Amino acid sequence: MKTDDLVAALSAHIEPVNRRLLSRTVYIALAAGTVVAFGLMLVGLGVRADLMTDHALMFLLLKLAFTVGVVGVASVYLMRLARPGGERRTSSILAMMPFAAIVLLAAISLGLAPSSHWDEMVMGDEWFECLLSIPIIAIVPFAVIIAAVRRAAPTNLARTGAVAGLVAGGVSAMAYALHCTDDSLPFVAAWYGGTIVLCTLAGAALGPRLLRW
Amino acid sequence: MTTQEIELKALMLASLDGDAASHRALLDRLSRRLRAYYKGKLARIGRGPAEAEDLVQEAVLAIHLKRHTYDPVEPLTPWVHAVARYKLIDFLRRTRTSLVDVPIDEADTIMAHDDNVDAESTHDVRRLMERLPKNMRCAIEAVKLDGQSIAEAAQRCGISESGVKVNIHRGLKALAALIAQETRT
Repeated sequence: MKTDDLVAALSAHIEPVNRRLLSRTVYIALAAGTVVAFGLMLVGLGVRADLMTDHALMFLLLKLAFTVGVVGVASVYLMRLARPGGERRTSSILAMMPFAAIVLLAAISLGLAPSSHWDEMVMGDEWFECLLSIPIIAIVPFAVIIAAVRRAAPTNLARTGAVAGLVAGGVSAMAYALHCTDDSLPFVAAWYGGTIVLCTLAGAALGPRLLRW
Repeated sequence: MTTQEIELKALMLASLDGDAASHRALLDRLSRRLRAYYKGKLARIGRGPAEAEDLVQEAVLAIHLKRHTYDPVEPLTPWVHAVARYKLIDFLRRTRTSLVDVPIDEADTIMAHDDNVDAESTHDVRRLMERLPKNMRCAIEAVKLDGQSIAEAAQRCGISESGVKVNIHRGLKALAALIAQETRT
């Protein structure tokens, strides 16, 4: 085949392109993933019973501040990475800021507490449930986000996959926060932070296979 | 900014608005630059112009199919370069060539040279099209190869006009995948 023939064929009857198509697709995927994550949490785990107490609300807000921070920064990066060459305009530093903040707060809170409490503060009551729930709830949001990014054209697949995993992990942790009754900063840093990082690593490993175009 | 960037970006913006003549001029000019780029890269690993032409066509198809990922507030050259480079790396992986042998530049060398000596690529589109589902094949043949209008194609293929558009889009994506698959072997 001659390239001229290909060019001629591709130029016959072209349609105007919707320039907002890409960001709209990614935002819709993010919204759909969030709805699914909250739905799964409601059906499978249920909202914590003491939600309306001051203590529970304060920790819920804190957990949400962390997870919304993660999702917010990561989705801006995802939008850039979805375009060819977008990896040249992103650095990962900002994406790490919510993690740095929560680890710092956790360290301060550990420092203020007697060391006999440390074990309980870090491990909480439900660390195992948290370790399982966040990655499992993240699966559907991850799939939806990957499907959206596949319609774009990322050129660094591992990094794009990682950020897709980061967004999905963050969305999942956001939903899980409504159920979780472990109210300590070190717990949030270790188990929320840790599982979101796991989701990110899984995304990085899967990205090159799932996102090829 | 070079005049080249300004002219090509203007063509790209017009093409995004649906102007077929600009789209054709854009793909035509980009294909000449892509040819020079790929020939230069592949010569270093002892591969000929036919394979370079395969890559040119893969990149042209990618630019066409992924044109919605171009952000109009950005310059066009880095976007084209990123697509061309991605397709080159993908090709080298597929053919199991060591990435070390081919310098993957960061600079915008993509627009540096023009090459209009086009070789025949190894793809036979009509033959590859036989592997597409019937509606996709019919829609692409009617509109893209035989130059019929969308309405004529709808009648010829027995599907709605929006069905023709959807089938062309999906068909070209499938065709791009088949072409990439073929280059691998």
